[in-house]
Amino acid sequence: MSPLVTVLIGTSLLGCVAGAVGTFAVLRRRALVGDLVAHAALPGICLAFVVAGERQFSALLLGALVSGIFGVALVTFICRWSRTKEDAAIGIVLSTFFGAGVAMMPVIAKMETGDKAGLTTYLYGQAASMVRQDLLLIGIVAVIALALLALFYKEFKLLGFDPGFAQSQGWPTLWLDLAMMALVALVTVVGLPAVGVVLMAAMLITPAAAARLWTDRLNVMLVAAGVLGAAAGALGTVLSDNRWRQALPFDPLRFGSNNKGLPTGPLIVLAGTAIFLGSLAFAPRRGLIAKVIAQLRLRARVAQDHLLRTLYELSEPALPDRPELAAQAVIDSHAWNSLEAWWLLRWAQRRGWVDHANGRLRLTAIGAQEGARLTRRHRLWELFLIHGANIAADHVDRDADDIEHILPPEVVDRLEVELLRAYPPKQADAVPASPHVIPQPAATAAGAADHG
Amino acid sequence: MSPPLEIHDMTVAYHRKPVLWDIDLMVPEGQLVAIVGPNGAGKSTLIKAVLGLLPIASGKIEFYGKPYSQQRHLVGYVPQRETVDWDFPVSALDVVTMGTYGRLGWFRRPGVKEKSLARECLEQVGMAEYADRQIRQLSGGQQQRVFLARALVQDAQIYFMDEPFAGVDAATEQAIVTLLQELRARGKTVIVVHHELQTVRDYFDFVILLNMRLVAAGPVNEVFTTHNLQTTYGGRLTILDQAAEAVRLSE
Repeated sequence: MSPLVTVLIGTSLLGCVAGAVGTFAVLRRRALVGDLVAHAALPGICLAFVVAGERQFSALLLGALVSGIFGVALVTFICRWSRTKEDAAIGIVLSTFFGAGVAMMPVIAKMETGDKAGLTTYLYGQAASMVRQDLLLIGIVAVIALALLALFYKEFKLLGFDPGFAQSQGWPTLWLDLAMMALVALVTVVGLPAVGVVLMAAMLITPAAAARLWTDRLNVMLVAAGVLGAAAGALGTVLSDNRWRQALPFDPLRFGSNNKGLPTGPLIVLAGTAIFLGSLAFAPRRGLIAKVIAQLRLRARVAQDHLLRTLYELSEPALPDRPELAAQAVIDSHAWNSLEAWWLLRWAQRRGWVDHANGRLRLTAIGAQEGARLTRRHRLWELFLIHGANIAADHVDRDADDIEHILPPEVVDRLEVELLRAYPPKQADAVPASPHVIPQPAATAAGAADHG
Repeated sequence: MSPPLEIHDMTVAYHRKPVLWDIDLMVPEGQLVAIVGPNGAGKSTLIKAVLGLLPIASGKIEFYGKPYSQQRHLVGYVPQRETVDWDFPVSALDVVTMGTYGRLGWFRRPGVKEKSLARECLEQVGMAEYADRQIRQLSGGQQQRVFLARALVQDAQIYFMDEPFAGVDAATEQAIVTLLQELRARGKTVIVVHHELQTVRDYFDFVILLNMRLVAAGPVNEVFTTHNLQTTYGGRLTILDQAAEAVRLSE
């Protein structure tokens, strides 16, 4: 296996397992625990370096794990025995441990016969130096962590959503929390050599936060976080290595002919952020674009309703005849710009609701029917607001407009049934008279007169 | 037979400050019980302490004559709605299914049986059509009904509900009242933290008047009197509050 492939598999696997474990940590509002463990691990790594004497990978990881867990325990202890809040306690412990670790580094470098560089790689990580043994370790941890997540899925789900209820059912919530934090610590420590102390938390948090935007189901979120985490790992690795970059047909970030390559850990984190931003923009329903589209749809629907109702109300005195109306007057009665007006009229024509020729508009038979339906709904609402909610008649038009377009159809149907029971119109399908005066634009009135 | 809930001389403290003093209480079987008292009287604390969610400083609590740890399967719990994150990625059905987790035990996943039971309970509270909605998309009243359905799934003998009527619409309030009456008809005991004094007589059989200590407990028409309410809500008990504050400061 080429070293590049080893690194690629390693970082993807790491991203996957960190994303999955991070999902529960984020949902349990313990996102910063990963950050705490990572920073608190540094003095443990340094001490293990002194004790083991040389760069023994397993000894360093053990030191990191012990020191990281000790940091978590210290935070818990501080919260319980003083009035310090958790975020403050995390800040204190995290920076203290990290500071101690950084302070120890030069001392160790002097003490040992050389290789201080071996330690500084833990600050920002050095994924490129990953060898088959490291891959094996990441693989084992990934299998263990994912198996535990599968095993404790139900318990972690309950703990994350409602710890009080879980406790009342007799679940040992304290131990479950500790198990979850131990998992976070394990994954964090294994990721340290690749991504580094400073940035490891991003591997846990970012994929989970991005995955949350794509789904409302926990099992889907878990898988999505894993996939997005793996994608961030792979993408960061590819972008950081100039050999991979050169193999690409283009230079994605205009790195130029830099032969040294870029640090992998930071690029993985940046790739994760890019994925998060992409999710923020493109996710269905929660994404920005989806929200803008929904907003535009609603505005379009409101405008369509308004157009048809205006046409109906202007034609109303002459019904069942459908008079010709001046298009400009109809447009002017709403604050539509020319583009909106053009689009609306074209839409109404396409639906076969309006005949439009030479600046004159005329409702078709089915257009009049649709207009009657909308106007009826609108006036029933107005009646309800006046009689049911005691709003003055001249205030009602706007309020009715605002609400009737937003309410889901089943609610409108139900309310209309109730309204009809309270204020029955003379015939079942009749449009009730408007409770307020309908403004008649002068030009349109003339148009109606022409027709007559 | 032992009563569903018996409390002997229970004291509860938060950060050393006592919030409930020397509570002695016996709740009779098959009744709808209201816990009534002013803000900060310790109503929720009473429920949480009884369910082991808060440590008690002293005293003894028994469910049908045995400690809670042996009787969990007989107890259902509806926490306050605000205590959970409603943005959590679960559906209404998922939440209700959580009521079966205690029975399932470690590692066993809810199966077809649990899911269909959860659906039945959602139907009982009039929420069947919302089973697959994410819980954020439900109104406050609907969320409350999901919580009630989750307690129903627990199929308990004695239920604790922490302010189920808080901030719900009229339809939900009616649905809850109907549900309470159904539970009583099936011989269940329901203990409810309640805020509205006007409805106590209409909804409940038994009332617990609480203000840091037990003021009175008994059938509504005997205990729910102006005199007792004045004691509960009046100023005389503030001395207890001051005493508690003094205890806290001296620590």
